[in-house]
Amino acid sequence: MKKTYKQAGMLALSVLLAGCVTGPSPQDVAQATQKVMKSSFRDQGIAKTAWLQQDASNQACSQAQGAPLDEKLAQSIEQANLQTVKMPSDGKFIGDWREGEKIAQNGRGMTWSDPPGSANGGSCYNCHQISKEELSFGSIGPSLYHYGKLRGVADPAAAASKPIVDYTWRKLWNAKAYNACSGMPRFGHAGILNETQLRHVMALLLDPSSPVNR
Amino acid sequence: MKWNLLGVAALGLLPLSAVAQKSTAEGIAEYRAMLADGNPAELFEAKGEALWKQARGPKNASLAQCDLGKGPGVVKGAFVELPRYFADTGRVQDLESRLLTCMETLQGFSAEAIAKTPFGRDEQKTLESLVAFISGESRGMKFNLPQSHPQEKLMYAVGKQVFYQRGGPYDFSCASCHGEDNKRVRLQDLPNLTKNPGAGDGFGAWPAYRVSSGDLWGMQRRLNDCYRQQRFPFPGYASDVTIALGVFMGVNGKGGVSTAPALKR
Repeated sequence: MKKTYKQAGMLALSVLLAGCVTGPSPQDVAQATQKVMKSSFRDQGIAKTAWLQQDASNQACSQAQGAPLDEKLAQSIEQANLQTVKMPSDGKFIGDWREGEKIAQNGRGMTWSDPPGSANGGSCYNCHQISKEELSFGSIGPSLYHYGKLRGVADPAAAASKPIVDYTWRKLWNAKAYNACSGMPRFGHAGILNETQLRHVMALLLDPSSPVNR
Repeated sequence: MKWNLLGVAALGLLPLSAVAQKSTAEGIAEYRAMLADGNPAELFEAKGEALWKQARGPKNASLAQCDLGKGPGVVKGAFVELPRYFADTGRVQDLESRLLTCMETLQGFSAEAIAKTPFGRDEQKTLESLVAFISGESRGMKFNLPQSHPQEKLMYAVGKQVFYQRGGPYDFSCASCHGEDNKRVRLQDLPNLTKNPGAGDGFGAWPAYRVSSGDLWGMQRRLNDCYRQQRFPFPGYASDVTIALGVFMGVNGKGGVSTAPALKR
């Protein structure tokens, strides 16, 4: 508590120095925000304060406060994220859509109340409509119902399907490769889902026999 | 899983031909309205009023002289003007951090020890009832947080930046869920906390009695669980990050009507 008061006091002083008439300058705000973030959080379970450190992508998108990024900056962020993508080590993109559905349903993982080492879910239904059968879906992301069908994927192994299969893998691995400030987690890049899990989610979206495409 | 169960339960109340999405939300609203008749938060309010007046702590004193921003002992209307700047501590404080100050200075409790106590235990339990009582005394009043002191202005700007601050393995910020209109996680409607009506409705509903956990959550516990789900590290109780967010939401909700302590799923 004492430490907090002291920091708050210093904060107050810096405000007085900055002048009382106008609002705080962007520098004051940036400095105070940094101080407040640093003093407020602590490690708990698997959730570490190191998680607050931002890469270029998160930094730019935070500062933009919801406004679109400068086009050049957005492109460079997307390029950097695209380069992080690892394609499947054995060249296999499609797993079992039934397992993919389970992963899509599972919203658990990586909170401070989750035990270390447990498999994470994909939380997909939190934000997306996916299969027609699941009515409890969120609306933060677009509907993925008929994802493969709408994109003309009749056989994911066919050469004609290659571009959309590759794109979908990259999007799941690192959504910021195509949209710098995408709201979607970077499932492969951040180690949320492993290759096997990603293959199952790919099958849910692209396999013609998946309920998504029926 | 709870989402599913609630969805299924709500659907059961509706004709099968109903359009599933909207009707489910309506079903949940009806269910809430039915429960609101006997909101268990009222029990916490009554308990909180008794605790406010009761001599307690190492100094065996009541909180009756606690200054919540409108002068010593004034409770009515205090809630809809918090967080605000307090000259005696030299900082912007929300209801809960201000109560810690009063419990320390008037009653002799250690604010630091209470801040470290897990939710729902010991003096944290006392705080649940106190915030229910104090917010209830402003029920129906409109939010009108002061923004005249430079620190209040700074905390609003900091709160805004914190609201958009991305981090954690999922890259989430508060804005990921609460930055746009008409969004849902599963079937749960998400208020847009950047403007009204979302800011007033969302901010103005806490403290609230939570049916799912059967207890009374103050704004601190609400924000704490938001950060857990955001995959962030643990925000300290009454830490500046939580107070800054309170200023941001409360100022955005200006003119919105306080319904706290409300009833939540």
